[in-house]
Amino acid sequence: MRRVFAVLLLPAALCAAAGCRYVTLDRATPQADAITDMHWLMFWVLGAVFALVLAALAIAVSRRSRAPIAGGKDPRFFAVAAATGVTCAILLLLLVASVVTGRAVSTPPEANALDIAITGHQWWWEVRYPAAVADDEVLTANEIHVPVGRSVRLHLASTDVIHSFWAPNLNGKKDLIPGRSTGMTFRVLRAGTYEGRCAEFCGYQHAHMGFRVVAEPPSEFEAWLESQRLPAAEPGDAARVHGHEVFLAGPCVNCHAIRGAGAFGRKGPDLTHLASRSTIAAATLPNTTGHLAGWIADSQRIKPGNRMPPNVLPSGDLLDLVAYLRSLR
Amino acid sequence: MSSPARTDPRESERPTAASEKECAELAHTWRERTGTLGLLFSVDHKTIAKRYIVTAFVFFLLGGLEAAAMRLQLARPEGRFLNPDLYDQVFTMHGTTMMFFFAVPVMLGIGLYLVPLMVGTRNVPFPRLNAVGYWFYLAGGLLLYGTFFANRGPDAGWFAYVPLSGNAYSSGHGMDAWVQIINFTEVSALIVAGSLIVTAFKQRAPGMSLDRIPLFVWAILVTMIMIVFAMPAVIFAAGSLNSDRSLGTHFFNPAEGGDALLWQHAFWFFGHPEVYIIFLPALGMVSSILSAACRRPIFGYTAMVLALVATAFLGFGLWVHHMFAVGLPQMGEAFFTAASMMIAIPTGVQFFCWIATLWGSRPRFEPPLVFVLGFFFTFLIGGLTGVMLASVPVDLQVHDTYFVVAHFHYVLIGGALFPLFGGIYHWFPKVTGRLLNRTLGFWNFALLFVGFNLTFFPMHELGFHGMPRRIYTYGPDKGWNGLNLAASIGAAILGVAVLLFLINVVHSLRHGARAGDDPWGAESLEWATSSPPPVYNFARIPIVASRSPLWDPEGLGAVTGLPTDKRLLLVSDPLDAEPSHREEVPGPSVNPFLISVTMSLGLIGSVFWLWWAVIGAVASAPMAFLWYWTEEDR
Amino acid sequence: MRRRLPRAAAMPLLFAGALVLVLSVFSIVGCQKMQRRLHESTPATALPAWSPGSQLHAGVQPTPLPVKNPYEGSSYAMSEGQRLFEWYNCAGCHFRGGGGIGPALMDRVWIYGDDPASLYSTIVGGRPNGMPAWRGKIPDYQVWQLVTYVEAMRAGRGIAAPPGPRQEHLQAGEGKISR
Repeated sequence: MRRVFAVLLLPAALCAAAGCRYVTLDRATPQADAITDMHWLMFWVLGAVFALVLAALAIAVSRRSRAPIAGGKDPRFFAVAAATGVTCAILLLLLVASVVTGRAVSTPPEANALDIAITGHQWWWEVRYPAAVADDEVLTANEIHVPVGRSVRLHLASTDVIHSFWAPNLNGKKDLIPGRSTGMTFRVLRAGTYEGRCAEFCGYQHAHMGFRVVAEPPSEFEAWLESQRLPAAEPGDAARVHGHEVFLAGPCVNCHAIRGAGAFGRKGPDLTHLASRSTIAAATLPNTTGHLAGWIADSQRIKPGNRMPPNVLPSGDLLDLVAYLRSLR
Repeated sequence: MSSPARTDPRESERPTAASEKECAELAHTWRERTGTLGLLFSVDHKTIAKRYIVTAFVFFLLGGLEAAAMRLQLARPEGRFLNPDLYDQVFTMHGTTMMFFFAVPVMLGIGLYLVPLMVGTRNVPFPRLNAVGYWFYLAGGLLLYGTFFANRGPDAGWFAYVPLSGNAYSSGHGMDAWVQIINFTEVSALIVAGSLIVTAFKQRAPGMSLDRIPLFVWAILVTMIMIVFAMPAVIFAAGSLNSDRSLGTHFFNPAEGGDALLWQHAFWFFGHPEVYIIFLPALGMVSSILSAACRRPIFGYTAMVLALVATAFLGFGLWVHHMFAVGLPQMGEAFFTAASMMIAIPTGVQFFCWIATLWGSRPRFEPPLVFVLGFFFTFLIGGLTGVMLASVPVDLQVHDTYFVVAHFHYVLIGGALFPLFGGIYHWFPKVTGRLLNRTLGFWNFALLFVGFNLTFFPMHELGFHGMPRRIYTYGPDKGWNGLNLAASIGAAILGVAVLLFLINVVHSLRHGARAGDDPWGAESLEWATSSPPPVYNFARIPIVASRSPLWDPEGLGAVTGLPTDKRLLLVSDPLDAEPSHREEVPGPSVNPFLISVTMSLGLIGSVFWLWWAVIGAVASAPMAFLWYWTEEDR
Repeated sequence: MRRRLPRAAAMPLLFAGALVLVLSVFSIVGCQKMQRRLHESTPATALPAWSPGSQLHAGVQPTPLPVKNPYEGSSYAMSEGQRLFEWYNCAGCHFRGGGGIGPALMDRVWIYGDDPASLYSTIVGGRPNGMPAWRGKIPDYQVWQLVTYVEAMRAGRGIAAPPGPRQEHLQAGEGKISR
């Protein structure tokens, strides 16, 4: 079966060669694999149907002779009946393939699956790695690290409106619905960084609600998890100390938390290890000094309508604040 | 240039002709009020239908402008044409306008015009109620565009998912107006549905048994029955949302025991049949156009009728395919996968029967046929991508991406708009007495076809490239730039195509070639009277002896002896159309307009101040009283 | 010969005319009302840090500063104010307007003044008996959004949407379990 599907991958190969970025067909998990195979099956079968029907139409329209209908059953009756029968057979085939694929996609996770709780907010992703001991829990935002080869079980929830978690390379999407718990399982086979985004209209900045999934070898993943458990790095020099003071004195503490640094806000993303993330603003901007400064100064210009207010700071304060935040690895 | 198949018969040669004296009496009995004020008194189904169609086209143009704004914004990454607030309003207005204010009303209007003519009767059975339907529709449109032009339009999508569309996340009049317009548009649809169902069942010309009803009338009849079942669902949903927003109930508030998914189920239980409500009349139009172009009856009448009924029936069992990502049990989802795939079978049967009709028929290539061929191509693609979407795993990848946008535009524009344009080219001569220009018609088609495919085909790819729906902008590094630009260019071409259509209509109204009774040589009864038909439709009610009454070698019979001094409708048996009795119907009246004004004021006002609902209700009571005051129009 | 408008054109023209008229009216009316300003800068406040708690003054009466709520009547500002009321934990003392540790905000007892300017300086400058000063912690425009919401809480103020329970307190994972 898989070899048959492999043949069907030819267009995908051509596409990849041509530089297409068919993200949804560029699979990194067995789940995405199964979906892509199903897609190509449908593409070819239905493509053939399309070609046949159009050919029949073209012939019908261009035939010159008007055959008289002799006695007995109109031959067109048999043609229509046969075509209907073929249609039913094709649809049945596709139905069976779809159900089989569906079951393959939703295989239950293995016993040692990694649980990750993801909560959707307008317009960012809260990521939590639950642990038996409260101190071992990891809280971060917009970037999810997973170990390669191990099942990951996502627990999805929302605190405000309906969002949808979608990392095309990894699996289909699943909605985050307030008042309900949904979930998704996948197992990444290939290390790399995968893009994801919200896929259910959730308000003004639905367009800028992305995330990253970083799949890394298990040892690197464990190291990352350990480092995320640590409290925030102490400010190393005078500028960063001043930056820390700016953080505590201003409105930042109302919404953001930095564990071990006196900030406990839970309304915005946790910033304890901000500098360890590759993007900011829900994967809208790269995590660099310039972008971070611009975001703090006036996030509304970048993501108008988002929940973070602009902050008019003297330039010295802003630079020190950014220096401090960039040190929170 | 092909000449019309049948030259314009003189009045006396027409099969349903009557003496001049009779015609004059009929014209007097069925007359409408003249003058500008008289426009408020209209009860003729043709006048009201034309209003529906023209108003729907105005909304089509407005919706098209909204689409143009979106394509302008999305032509380049990080465009600055529309900020997110405005973009959200624009895409909500586009969807709401096209679905509620264009697609359904235009089909209602065409059905309202043609069904009484096709079944051989003079008017719908409830003429004044029919007028209310139009005024309600108009009022809803004014409410919606009023809030939009005040920069406070609805902005939670045409589907208005809760909790985003609830009070907490969409405060203000925009969404309040949105939930109100549902009442207007759906009540007007229910009114037309009621009228046409009764017309089709009880007012058919003698001899038009169930198996002789034109396929277009079957399509409309089935659609109207779908309306009766689907519209109450959305009225319930919108009413509950209205109640949550205005009265503090918690239907959709999970914090207090409600359920956000309840909205999705209720809305899509309406929403899926809604697209079949738009689509089925178009299928009827295709049948009419094809039989005229091929000069043959459509092959497989019984199969075609059963296919229409099956599509309607199955259409109510598909709605969960809009919700495959919410985490429903697999077994349930598989049921809806099966149903969503199964609905391709009756549509397939229709396709095969049409191809069989065309086979060897040497069709005449006039604009209506060319639009129908465009329908075949585009709807086929849309239907096949629909089968792809029916599969849950594939849907979970492309749900809420531009792949779905491509799919539904292919089935809606391909499946409804192309036949609609074909239908307009086909019936324009009947409605106005003039033919639309043929050359402009071909250009119209060509630009529409090219523009449409250039706009929407790249969107299939965009979906696979990961572009979600309803985003006001995108980053330059995602790889979506070229395809979006292509789509925007296609949209510009589409705009030119529509402009060409408007030019054709305006030009042909004044300078088009005069059409006779039956320029296409078609088979159904509307072609048995003059173009445009007189206000009383037929001088004598025809008698029908076959499925293609105008192709009968024996010609058309006519009913004689009916009085011409009263507004009488001939009522017949639903199965065999045996005449049973005569029904008198009322004449022009301003009461429908008056009661629409009071009720609309009540509903529109309640968006701003709840007590307007009471004021409107209280004001409507005397209007209703006035309506029922028996007053014969002599 | 005088050309009369064909009857068929009358209805569409009337309709188009009515549409243009109504939409023009709405456009003019809507220009000002309920603007939803997504991008707010933080202007310097024009109010002093403190406004008098009573009308009694020694000496000459100072002229009151006429400061209007820039978001008066804006339902967006009201709903943002509702959100911020939760976020900044105003509900911690004032509960949902009924009061608890802090005074009720839904009644008519306003010892520090109930006009928008007084509400603003209450939030920004704090008050005796426990109201903290939020200057520097809450941007100006958000203070005005809170003022709009607090005003809406009082009966008789015609703001678009009535406040409803928010779902901020909804625990993730509560409720029905789906697949």
